[in-house]
Amino acid sequence: MALRSVLSRKGLGLGFAQLRGLQTFSLPDLPYAYGALEPAISGEIMQLHHQKHHQAYITNYNKALEQLQDAVAKGDSAAVVKLQSAIKFNGGGHINHSIFWKNLTPVHEGGGEPPKGSLGWAIDTHFGSLETLVQKINSEAAALQGSGWVWLGLDKELKKLVVETTANQDPLVTKGPNLVPLLGIDVWEHAYYLQYKNVRPDYLKNIWKVINWHYANEVYEKESE
Amino acid sequence: MGSCCYGAFSASSHLSVTDFSRGFKSPKLPCLSKRQERWFARPQGAPKISAYYGLRTPPYKLDALEPHMSRRTLETHWGGHHRNYVEGLNKQLEKNQLLYGCTLDELVKVTYNNGNPSPEFNNAAQVWNHDFFWESMQPGGGSMPILGVLQQIEKDFGSFTNFREKFVEAALTLFGSGWVWLVLKREERRLAVIKTSNAICPLVWDDIPIISLDMWEHAYYLDYKNDKGKYVNVFMNHLVSWNVAMARMARAEAFVNLGEPKIPIA
Repeated sequence: MALRSVLSRKGLGLGFAQLRGLQTFSLPDLPYAYGALEPAISGEIMQLHHQKHHQAYITNYNKALEQLQDAVAKGDSAAVVKLQSAIKFNGGGHINHSIFWKNLTPVHEGGGEPPKGSLGWAIDTHFGSLETLVQKINSEAAALQGSGWVWLGLDKELKKLVVETTANQDPLVTKGPNLVPLLGIDVWEHAYYLQYKNVRPDYLKNIWKVINWHYANEVYEKESE
Repeated sequence: MGSCCYGAFSASSHLSVTDFSRGFKSPKLPCLSKRQERWFARPQGAPKISAYYGLRTPPYKLDALEPHMSRRTLETHWGGHHRNYVEGLNKQLEKNQLLYGCTLDELVKVTYNNGNPSPEFNNAAQVWNHDFFWESMQPGGGSMPILGVLQQIEKDFGSFTNFREKFVEAALTLFGSGWVWLVLKREERRLAVIKTSNAICPLVWDDIPIISLDMWEHAYYLDYKNDKGKYVNVFMNHLVSWNVAMARMARAEAFVNLGEPKIPIA
């Protein structure tokens, strides 16, 4: 069942606790201080984003899972189906943001350093150059209407890199069951509004200075085996 | 009732009531008549015609909604987002003369294309939505509707409190970006609270919007950060304009037979 695979997935730092046999989730710590990504992303945004938005997704995800457990136990199919959108939204929010925190890192810890290793080579092969990739991602992100994410992903079956967008909190896997996220950029307005207001392109230009290519390379190498 | 224009005078979207006079039948028909289309097929060397929409200013100063909605928000929301939609729409219209001759309402319906929207839909609908939204608010707004609007709300929701609860709940359970509306449904001849995603508005289903609330994050983030609940309650208590709602309902009554009660114009 999809739920079980999500719960057993390692490497995402999903904290969980036992409660009535249902595993619940808790907010993962950031591997850096809130202000460490300045001036690309302000400390105020990082704190709100982590402590309020991500926490809210986790709280509502846990609540929906509890309700789902009840509905399944009672055999209440209508309730089970009705809860799917809340699970997709809040669970997706939790998954996406957990990846996002790892996609960022302070400059003094390698933020913004171009990818070396096999990912760097794959990017040059599939997109021509890192600059081309960044341009493609930025133009798709700027054109995204409403709320969503833009991803650099690996298609495990076709063994190629892809750039995809997802709406709201849909995880990358909703665009293709073989897609693995390497890098995600949150283009919900809460991710940049306090600092960049409506000028999303400025946010997109600056975020590359704190992107953690090292982590993306790690994921790429692991998933390419 | 075209909105083609040539000079500095800008045609803007409609006033505080939506335009129902056209009796809009099929969204697939372009907005120009055959005669107008022939006129557009000008010979080479003739001056280029452009039609464009203008950015309507809200019916109050940008700081008039303080402290409930700050001047900074109005400046960024209206001066940034709304303006970008207008300019984006005008750029798109330059390349697509088939869409000339429409009022903004018609443009929204035509570009919606029955659920398969063209690229212009997003800009057109967001221009319309924001015009409608600014007019749905007023300084010193909030409190309760009176007379016929109140009667209709009580008839369709049981009580004003119940309507308010439904409206707030819709706003807080919207996933992603979108809008919350109090609409008059044409077929069912009753008021309803609906929520729509991104740029969608009830016009595309031929319903008549009465009040709207922008739930895109840019509408409240500068003032309330992630506290959506506070924003929605402030809107209901201090910003929503029941005067405008009354005017809109009065007009709607000309097109939808609500039977009793009558909506008097105060």
